[in-house]
Amino acid sequence: MLGATAVAIIRLRSLFAVVMLSGIYSLLSASIFVALDAVDVAFTEAAVGAGISTMLLLGTLVLTGHYENEPAHKPLIPLVVVIVTGAVLIWGTLDMPHFGQPDNPIQQHVAPRYIEDSPREVGVPNMVTSVLASYRGYDTFGETTVVFTALVGVLALLGVRQGKTPVQPYNHPDQPPRPVLQVMSKLLMPYILLFALYVQFHGDFGPGGGFQAGVIFASGVILYTLTFGLDDAYAMIHPRILSPLAALGVMLYGATGVAGMLLGSNFLDYSVLAHDPVHGQHYGILLIEFGVGLTVACVMIMIFYAFMSRGEKLG
Amino acid sequence: MTLIIDGLTAIFLALGVFLAFTGALGTLRFPDLYTRLHASSITDTLASFMILFGLMLQAGLTLISVKLLLIFLFLWYTSPASSHALIRAAYLNRLPARLIRRPNKETPPSKP
Amino acid sequence: MFGAACLGLLVVMAVALVRAFAGPSVYDRILAVNMFGTKTVLFIAVYGFFTGRPDFLDIALVYTLINFVGVVAVLRFVEKMIDPKDPSPATENRKEQA
Repeated sequence: MLGATAVAIIRLRSLFAVVMLSGIYSLLSASIFVALDAVDVAFTEAAVGAGISTMLLLGTLVLTGHYENEPAHKPLIPLVVVIVTGAVLIWGTLDMPHFGQPDNPIQQHVAPRYIEDSPREVGVPNMVTSVLASYRGYDTFGETTVVFTALVGVLALLGVRQGKTPVQPYNHPDQPPRPVLQVMSKLLMPYILLFALYVQFHGDFGPGGGFQAGVIFASGVILYTLTFGLDDAYAMIHPRILSPLAALGVMLYGATGVAGMLLGSNFLDYSVLAHDPVHGQHYGILLIEFGVGLTVACVMIMIFYAFMSRGEKLG
Repeated sequence: MTLIIDGLTAIFLALGVFLAFTGALGTLRFPDLYTRLHASSITDTLASFMILFGLMLQAGLTLISVKLLLIFLFLWYTSPASSHALIRAAYLNRLPARLIRRPNKETPPSKP
Repeated sequence: MFGAACLGLLVVMAVALVRAFAGPSVYDRILAVNMFGTKTVLFIAVYGFFTGRPDFLDIALVYTLINFVGVVAVLRFVEKMIDPKDPSPATENRKEQA
């Protein structure tokens, strides 16, 4: 099914349909992740792939065009090149150890270290969180910075409208009011935000964490923005507040690392944050996950605001 | 007792999957969007409720049941709302319905 | 029992996928995506019971919420993009109309 979806995505010319199908693609791949027991990855795919990225792709479509141009030449030579490369790669994988064997290199070096020592050193029940936030803290810091940089890029390109629109969107004759959706999103929004907080702080015990929580929080706000318009969303969370908060999240992460340094250990080593190393790890993970969640939520909302305000400008 | 519960779960799951399948078949076979929506909203509501209820019977009174109940409630809220939004957008954009009989030359409207 | 339900849901998902590929209008595709999302929620829930690890329910819960937000977003953008006077993008048959 995944392959069929990919082929259809390539074949279709209508970009709308392509966006729809890519949503289905990410739903499918999340099902596969669930089947492979990678719950956290499936969670991220659910929140990011199916939700936010579809919305942002559609926002881009509003700003550009709906159709892909017809290709100017027959893609025969590239096809041959791709097939040959793929065949060589598959030939190369024949030398690799078999999938899932216990004496593979990947099961020999790092993984046992994490699996055996993580309960003692970090003491967080969800091992993925401990690897992500503590052992691989540098990587996650880098990812958070990348997300923040994306926000800076989008703001530099598109910009966010600060003031009010001259014409209220729902008085506009082309856009009739949508009472059912407004009531529904009012009903649902508190639960979405609450669920985001649950995912944020439950990340130590079950699947979840800062990235997923941030995205879910942002999708709650986006739902409100979609049904009530940009002005009402600004009355709730103004971009003036959002952009410092996004920066604050990254800084919270960095400051946690620096605090470890000041207390006489390495950057991003949380063991010294409390008297007990395990407690220190707990506090550290909690803090940086909060930083990640804050940054991701603010960045997603801001990017969405940017798309919306540019879309209004166009028409 | 477990036999009864297992049997009930099996019945509910089978009913749910059956409803989902008929609904999917309907979305495949029906002529236009407005009729397809009838089929798909069956799969979205009743089939989901059947399956979730069957799972709830298995889980008993635990946190899992509460989560299933939450999924149930959210689906109950969201799927009619999204069906409404979909059909509203389609109607406002004047998507033609196939089943409306328009008077034309070949088949004149029958006299009352 | 759960395995059979999983298989049945997979078949339903496949049928929805066919509708998403074929769908003559944008709305048919949205309908298929919505149905696919609901079926994914159910599939994940049933699969959790199938493997005896019902922790997966959190993911199903996320899907339920995200799916709704996604559909609303898509419809908003569709409303914005399609001109009511000329609904030609809605049918996607650009060549046939030209």
